[in-house]
Amino acid sequence: MSALYPDTESLTPRERNVLNLYLVSTLALFIVLMVFGLTMRLAQGTWITLSPAVFYQIMTAHGAGMVGTVGLASSAVMWFFLQKYVRLSLPIFVTNYVLFMLGAVLLLGATFIGHYGGAWTFLYPLPVHTLGVWSVGAAAVFMLGYLVIGVGFLLFYLDAMLAIIRVYGNLGRGLGLQWLFGGSIDKSHPKTVVASSMVIIVNSLGILGGAVVLVMSLVNAYASDFVLNALFAKNLIYFFGHVFINTSIYMAVIGVYELLPRYTNRPWGISRPFLWAWAASTVMVLIVYPHHLMMDFVMPRWMVITGQVVSYASGLPVFLVTAYGALTNIYRCSMRWRLPAMLLILSMFGWAAGIVPAIIDATISVNRVMHNTMWVPGHFHFYLMLGVLPMLLAFMYHLIGARGARPEHGGDRLGLAVYIVGGLTFVLMFLAGGRASEPRRYAVHFPQWIPYDRVASVAALLVILAMLLFTTRICRGLLAASPTADSRLK
Amino acid sequence: MILQDKVWWLTVAGLGGVTAVFLYVISQATRQADATRVQAQSYTIRRWFFLVLVVTGLIVTGATLLPFPISRQHALSRAPQIVKVTGHQWAWEVSPGPIKAGIPVEFDVTSADVNHGFGLYDSSGRMLAQTQAMPGVTNRLAYTFAQPGKYRVLCLEYCGLAHHGMIFEFNVVESTEGRP
Repeated sequence: MSALYPDTESLTPRERNVLNLYLVSTLALFIVLMVFGLTMRLAQGTWITLSPAVFYQIMTAHGAGMVGTVGLASSAVMWFFLQKYVRLSLPIFVTNYVLFMLGAVLLLGATFIGHYGGAWTFLYPLPVHTLGVWSVGAAAVFMLGYLVIGVGFLLFYLDAMLAIIRVYGNLGRGLGLQWLFGGSIDKSHPKTVVASSMVIIVNSLGILGGAVVLVMSLVNAYASDFVLNALFAKNLIYFFGHVFINTSIYMAVIGVYELLPRYTNRPWGISRPFLWAWAASTVMVLIVYPHHLMMDFVMPRWMVITGQVVSYASGLPVFLVTAYGALTNIYRCSMRWRLPAMLLILSMFGWAAGIVPAIIDATISVNRVMHNTMWVPGHFHFYLMLGVLPMLLAFMYHLIGARGARPEHGGDRLGLAVYIVGGLTFVLMFLAGGRASEPRRYAVHFPQWIPYDRVASVAALLVILAMLLFTTRICRGLLAASPTADSRLK
Repeated sequence: MILQDKVWWLTVAGLGGVTAVFLYVISQATRQADATRVQAQSYTIRRWFFLVLVVTGLIVTGATLLPFPISRQHALSRAPQIVKVTGHQWAWEVSPGPIKAGIPVEFDVTSADVNHGFGLYDSSGRMLAQTQAMPGVTNRLAYTFAQPGKYRVLCLEYCGLAHHGMIFEFNVVESTEGRP
């Protein structure tokens, strides 16, 4: 049992409270945002009536909120494991939380009080081309909310960057680049440091790209003479959006590297293919974003070809290193079948399977009939709902076990079964809608699409019920743990 | 089989393959074997798997990019039919005139305000092709309608309150010049 919960992971009471704040808040946000998602599917399925204005506000809050919340929860996973190896600042971790919540208030205020419904993409010039539906002020507050959240994440990354540099010399050494072409790999070099170094490099650039386009859009909102190039703005927005959500996955996967070997009773050390995979991913995540702009035919050919080729290549590290490595670690390991282990395996499945429709859609000739159909939310819900969220839940269930709470009840396994059935059905309805050419982001659907919406609504309800169970159990475990359960003197 | 169906079945096969591998490994997880041996065997298989994926990726890349699926944007148009399309919140403005089946059409697509998506649909509701309608930019979409009949344009880029209602219907007529 001691191998499951090493002493190096015990927290001071203050650290534990901050982590609790992150986890309880993100679970609550996930539930609310899932209800938003269900509401949209119910409206599309004509089981409830929503005005298009309200539908698009909900859609905006759901998109921006989910991406941000996944990012926040994943940053908690990275913080928890990285602070075993380097000294991270708790006040900066708290600042990230406070700025996130402040940003969330601005986003929600802009959306539901200011009636902003310009989608998470804030695609220039829609935020300021309101036709009276929302005010320019509401759009500005929404974009300001993004900036505030971005500042919080950037502070967190800067702190982690300095901490890694203090211990390892530079981020390249944190990534393990010194062992790419030879030399004896230090097997004790933590995977967490490798993944964190990658995330810091990539997402700092992603957030800076986002900040540039946000500031330019804000200036344009109040000085209409300052006109942006719409194509350049779109490039920056998708660079930022793609990098942010991908690094959120990479932060969460740290939990898989750290926890899975404890449940399999097998080491899962670093290797040269692992280091190559992370080094390659560092570059690929930065340059693959043009696959979002394949239907902008004026984009330079070399960029969209890069988008297709790098999308294919991006699958290799996921399939061959992380998912394959996890399966190797599991195979005939005499597994400790506990809920965190089951969630970890589900997360590997969801990530590996979810990129299948994603990679296919990154083919230009396929994108021609699939782009901006339901196929797109189909693939990203696949690896977020069945990949990243199970990673986060596995971490949380593991944590309550570490704090002395009973790690699971019989109901949890039933909840997991319900979550898997509901989640798979939900994402398959998106993909089936994409096959039927159903456009995404439509408040009102044609009659032939409604059956998909209705099945998806029932499936979403199942997912939410399972999430309610998980949330209740995790929150009780986190909050009821005795104050000394994992405290240590630092 | 239309492209969407091919994509669907390819995806189903891919998902099925991943699922089968996971279920097999899960079914073996309670058994015990020497970790070093398992790892050595597994990583040997991985080398071959890597090779197969790389070769497949190269073949698919070549097959899907040659010829390049997007028409040249900056060359002089040689299309016998050119249709000017402008997206507005929330309507399509399309240059008048019959569109003939069997003869290449070039849609010159732009926007007067925000980003829109020009999605070409047939009467059964299947998408045929698309491009973006962006302010300050003209995207040229080449397409040849195989059959005369009723077609629709749907907006595929979220553009605000009536995005879902931004639909334009048009007819494609039989060519009097005969099919090429």
